[in-house]
Amino acid sequence: MMETIRRISGVNPRKCMKCGKCTASCPAYDEMDYHPHQFVDMVESDRIGELMQSRGIYLCLSCFACVERCPRSVEPAKLIEAVRLAVIRQQGMDHLTPDQIPEKLDPALPQQAITSAFRKYRK
Amino acid sequence: MKFSYFPGCTLKTRGKDLDRWGRASAEVLGFRLEELPEWQCCGAVYPMAKDEIATRLSSVRALMAAGERGGELVTLCSACHHVLKRVNLDLERDETIRDRVSRYLELETPYAGETRVLHYLEVLRDRIGFEKLAGKVVHPLRGRKIGAYYGCLLLRPSREMEFDDPENPRILEDFIRAIGAEPVIYARRNECCGGYCTVENSAYAGRQVDRIMENARSCGAELLITACPLCMYNLRENASNGLPVVYFTELLAEALGIKEAAT
Repeated sequence: MMETIRRISGVNPRKCMKCGKCTASCPAYDEMDYHPHQFVDMVESDRIGELMQSRGIYLCLSCFACVERCPRSVEPAKLIEAVRLAVIRQQGMDHLTPDQIPEKLDPALPQQAITSAFRKYRK
Repeated sequence: MKFSYFPGCTLKTRGKDLDRWGRASAEVLGFRLEELPEWQCCGAVYPMAKDEIATRLSSVRALMAAGERGGELVTLCSACHHVLKRVNLDLERDETIRDRVSRYLELETPYAGETRVLHYLEVLRDRIGFEKLAGKVVHPLRGRKIGAYYGCLLLRPSREMEFDDPENPRILEDFIRAIGAEPVIYARRNECCGGYCTVENSAYAGRQVDRIMENARSCGAELLITACPLCMYNLRENASNGLPVVYFTELLAEALGIKEAAT
């Protein structure tokens, strides 16, 4: 499984030197069950199953703060994306479905919000 | 001076003010935005996975169309700019992606990222120049204390976006000065507004927005400007006690004296 995540993301988690800068930069770190630096460590130690069950994969904002600031160019956001894809690419594992949308609409919600949520949460 | 223009899905609907005043101001400043005759939604988020090809195709089509029409593609929406620019770099730098895209689209010559992707603000800074812009201002917005809200997508990752200093940007502040107002610098101007997570969990986005608003207000901002319709939505709709927010093109049109004339 670790090889799949490495292939999808193009990231080598072994480059991580555990400085924690990604977590310190992350606007969502205290909302996630595993903080970004832990996430990288868990990919490296092949604990992908636990990550696939985590809430955090749906809370990463893709703001690229961790990607910008990582001194080793590990790009944690790409690992989170790859693990989320490993979940939603499975049959019946979408995190958001079209029938949930009508109740979420409000008159000001931009199309861009719905498009991006589907791109992130659904295959 | 003319550029191909990719408005994107939201500028045709909820984000009309970003589009309308951007186009009108361009005419006054001496450049023309020529909308691509056909375009598809860019997908709104950059596909980070290296094995995703289909989600890159709409961007490639727009990039190639602009390539046939002068080679420069301008966007106003931060998200479209982010997606188009990064997909373009993928086509330039990633041989596997280029090869798979070329075969899917049955291209005789593979597309290798030749088109130049520019954000409207880059056109103002690098092609028009803020000094020249300032010279065209007829209603300087004197005394207005304006906070620039950059968000994420224009700036990061900076080695790909090459837009401005990602930690201490100044392009929007320079823009604010050019239209005669006073920029208010606050630390959270490049922090995320909550992005697409607002669809599932608006309270989560609200927590991000409140931190940004509190910071901007405490530094003295009376108004925020943005270049992103999704940031606009989050800042306006999810703040518990927010400052007013407008698109930067609305203020540009106001300063150029074309907004009152039209309304």
